[in-house]
Amino acid sequence: MAQEVLLNVENLVVSFDTDRGKITPVNGVSFQVKRGKTLAIVGESGCGKSVTSLSIMGLIPGANGKIEGGAIEYDGQDLLKFSGTQMRKLRGDKIAMIFQEPMTALNPVYTIGNQIMEVYKLHREMSKKEAFDHALAMLEKVKIPDPKQRMREYPHQLSGGMRQRVMIAMSLACNPDVLIADEPTTALDVTIQAQVLDLMKDLQTDLGTSVIFITHDLGVVAEVADDVVVMYAGDIIERGTVFDIFKDPKHPYTQGLLDSLPKSSDTKNEELQAIKGMVPSLFDLPQGCRFKDRCALAEEACGESSPELEKFSDTHEAACFVTSRNNAA
Amino acid sequence: MVGYIIRRLLYMIPILLGVALLVFTLFTTVGEDPVRIALGNHASPEAITELRSKWGLNQPLHLQFLDFLKQIITFDYGRSFNTGEKLSALFAQGALVSLSLTLPPFLLAVMLNVSMALVVAYYRGSIFDRFATAFFIMAMSISYLVYIIAFQYILAFQFDLFPINGYEAGFRAIPYLVLPGIIIIFVSMGPDVRMYRTVFLDEIKSDYVRTARSKGAAEPRVLFKHILKNAMIPILTYTVVAIPFLVLGAFLMERFFSIPGIGDLMINAINTGDFPVLKGLTMYIAIGYSIFNLITDILYAYVDPRVKLD
Repeated sequence: MAQEVLLNVENLVVSFDTDRGKITPVNGVSFQVKRGKTLAIVGESGCGKSVTSLSIMGLIPGANGKIEGGAIEYDGQDLLKFSGTQMRKLRGDKIAMIFQEPMTALNPVYTIGNQIMEVYKLHREMSKKEAFDHALAMLEKVKIPDPKQRMREYPHQLSGGMRQRVMIAMSLACNPDVLIADEPTTALDVTIQAQVLDLMKDLQTDLGTSVIFITHDLGVVAEVADDVVVMYAGDIIERGTVFDIFKDPKHPYTQGLLDSLPKSSDTKNEELQAIKGMVPSLFDLPQGCRFKDRCALAEEACGESSPELEKFSDTHEAACFVTSRNNAA
Repeated sequence: MVGYIIRRLLYMIPILLGVALLVFTLFTTVGEDPVRIALGNHASPEAITELRSKWGLNQPLHLQFLDFLKQIITFDYGRSFNTGEKLSALFAQGALVSLSLTLPPFLLAVMLNVSMALVVAYYRGSIFDRFATAFFIMAMSISYLVYIIAFQYILAFQFDLFPINGYEAGFRAIPYLVLPGIIIIFVSMGPDVRMYRTVFLDEIKSDYVRTARSKGAAEPRVLFKHILKNAMIPILTYTVVAIPFLVLGAFLMERFFSIPGIGDLMINAINTGDFPVLKGLTMYIAIGYSIFNLITDILYAYVDPRVKLD
């Protein structure tokens, strides 16, 4: 691979102590983010994608969440070995994050300007005037109309799409190397979604930011991603370039996800294919392959041990016994 | 804003009218005859009639009620049945004493308890937090009276740090007010710190807190800048409406420490059937409560930009 790896997650294991016992929402996850590229992490709710991103931010709550093992290498340093202060300096400066809920992610009692300027206050030595000018420039960059006026306004005075633009402006304020976008468009109207995605793509090209895009929406993945990681119940079950995943999905789960998308070629009467069953509870995971209970191809071997990721090409890996065997045959 | 305040003040008129009617009805129909209480069971009919007309109790009820309304509007509730003193003077004097007893501990307690709650919220889930919670629940489970007696006995009697009870006018009152003040603060700690802690912990779970952390804000900044201002809304509700009651004093404190405040006045009035005092104070509470409710709502608009008064 010619491209430079900026962020390397190795065998990350995150566990939570709950009242009902210990769960492991992230169970040995590895992936790489290349400089200037977009990695999409795809999966249903509860598959561990958000916990993975919060681990990178160093925001796994201390009381009951714990990173059990693995490494998160950024720029050659293991972030898991960083102190709280070191992590705090990195957060918002080198690694930034956008969240799913634009309605609640901004502080309701401070102005937009105040909240963007805070990032400069935390990470840059700047006078108030300079911070104001920088924040204003960021609002212009995310194409918010009347930026000067908006600086003085409060979050409730803005629409959802505008608030998400503010979040983007805030996260990119210090021109971070890595931007983690956790379902940034899920809560928005479809037309606004497209605008926000376009904006993010433009800014990424402009600034050369690497993006980790977390979503359950494969339509969005096709639009933004260079590389894709598919997660299921805490495991990565398939990874590859966006072409690998969409042209030739290997794992039955990925295939199922793609089949459940409506296609423009479909006749109107054709029903969408749903994946039967439900994501298993993390409190009660099946033995062996975690997908086997919902899988049409499942055989006896699937219940005995968990399949490892196996290479199908230089860029493409999947963890499925049946596919591997069929491929070898 | 001005329009809002005027409208709210106008709304208060029917509310207070209702309160006045209720108070008047209760005092004229329930309870013992104040003339009987004043003169005893063996008074002559002539004496009773004379006192009745002196107090205006021989007039028809609707005229008595109109009289009462006039008293409310002019803030002049006439004279005490007992001592014949002017109630306006009596109330002003008592209110000053009660406020000097309750206001300083109230202000100190708000600051102290909010700070303590922030500290406890900062160390949430730790041994320290659990110890604090256990301590406050324990402190809350013990009766007010026990604190009064224990503090009086230990600090005032055994160690002779404060006078046991009593009161003197002017600045010489201060030594008498310290010990009850300490008890008021101490007793407020359990419920208040736990209440504020819950408020802060509710806010800590908010998405904007996660955003603040993801920006690289340190925990003290998250608490004092981001959470505190949001938490001010429930804290204001809890504290501002308590202010009119400060003038009433602390009944138990005034009783046990022989402090001649409004609380003391009220208990004496209840014991002796001094209706003008009771009617006046009840109306005062109703008016004070309504006004401070309005003040709370106005303060919301200052703390929370989402609140617009119009």
